[in-house]
Amino acid sequence: MAGEKAPAEKNPAKKKAGEKKPAEQKAGGEKKKKIKKHHASRNPVLARGIGRYSRSAMYARKALYKRKYTAPETKIEKKKKEKPRATITKPVGGDKNGGSRVVKIRKMPRYYPTEDVPRKLLSHGKKPFSQHKRRLRASITPGTVLILLTGRHRGKRVVFLKQLATGLLLVTGPLAINRVPLRRAHQKFVIATSTKVDISGVKIPKHLTDAYFKKKRLRKPKHQEGEIFDTEKEKYEITEQRKTDQKAVDSQVLAQIKKVPQLRGYLRSTFCLSNGVYPHKLVF
Amino acid sequence: VFKRFVEIGRVAFISFGPHAGKLVAIVDVIDQNRALVDGPCSGVRRQAMPFKCMQLTDFVLKFPHSARQKCVRRAWEKENITEKWAATRWAKKIEAREKKAKMTDFDRYKVMKAKKMRNRIIKHEMKKLQKLISQKGKKSKAGKSEKPKKVQKPEKAKKAQKA
Repeated sequence: MAGEKAPAEKNPAKKKAGEKKPAEQKAGGEKKKKIKKHHASRNPVLARGIGRYSRSAMYARKALYKRKYTAPETKIEKKKKEKPRATITKPVGGDKNGGSRVVKIRKMPRYYPTEDVPRKLLSHGKKPFSQHKRRLRASITPGTVLILLTGRHRGKRVVFLKQLATGLLLVTGPLAINRVPLRRAHQKFVIATSTKVDISGVKIPKHLTDAYFKKKRLRKPKHQEGEIFDTEKEKYEITEQRKTDQKAVDSQVLAQIKKVPQLRGYLRSTFCLSNGVYPHKLVF
Repeated sequence: VFKRFVEIGRVAFISFGPHAGKLVAIVDVIDQNRALVDGPCSGVRRQAMPFKCMQLTDFVLKFPHSARQKCVRRAWEKENITEKWAATRWAKKIEAREKKAKMTDFDRYKVMKAKKMRNRIIKHEMKKLQKLISQKGKKSKAGKSEKPKKVQKPEKAKKAQKA
């Protein structure tokens, strides 16, 4: 039925196109659309829901063989017609080799496994680590003095700078005060004190990310058992970039620390417990 | 033996319970264990309170038994109990305890440094006097006091920093 209406509209459209000019000259007196009458159903009803003729008979009766339409080509399809290159010609060296070869860009797979990879069951909300939600305790804000509890700098008081993308905290001594460089610390292994340094004006370079701080390991043993254990990096060397970054950040932070009396000495000291001191009773 | 008695008008300090830390005046005695108590200037409504949670202070007010709150308040303000209380050693000790509990890590460091400095000064003076004595002792003179006066300055500085 939908097919019927379309040609009915097309004819008046054609007529309109021819008529339009004289119609417009008449200053739009005629109606815009001439509703053409549709033919009644060519399929008489035998009983409710049952027609006299079959599908194929109806196809012939309605002359649908004459009326085949395609959707107009959209701009996207026009653009999509550009097919990607299938082959590329590459130059080939050597004598008497005929200079170049025609090479396929996308080649057939060289191996088909006997069994397909089994389909994984649907899981919901299991994100990879990089997409996890990072939380930060409300007590830890930029400029807070933290007490490190683990690692080689345990007990040292340190200034918090920012939280990195993996959730670790970027922290600095500053180096001149307690020999703690720009370093990462884990939130869980840190006590946040209520002492804050005003770090709002301190600009931390953008390249200090997790990748910058990640431990580097050499991984290219040439399958010779002799000297593998020596060449892998045992001794950590401080790169020049680390030194310049340290200086850049520390100079700003130190300026702020000097404004608070006794803060420098506080950061130099270490935290310790003694008799009668109970962490659950202490206010940090 | 006993210096402070439960009487009408005795000001008491509440040691535990919902009104812990406040001062009240005993208005009337209900029975062996309870008293009618009122603390108009310390935010305690007139109510019955067991003696057990009260600790008697040195202050006594003058008002008749079962006097209404207005009278209690008048007597309280006349005697200026809140100010007198704040000046007692008892109240100061409580305040010091509270301050100590609220000390942050940084404050503890500052106190440590202040104490250290104070002790150094004291020791310095001690040594000086000891030296004097040992010198004078050789010349056998008597009666030099050994103990120095308590150095007041660093103590005050410490308290000011704590606050």
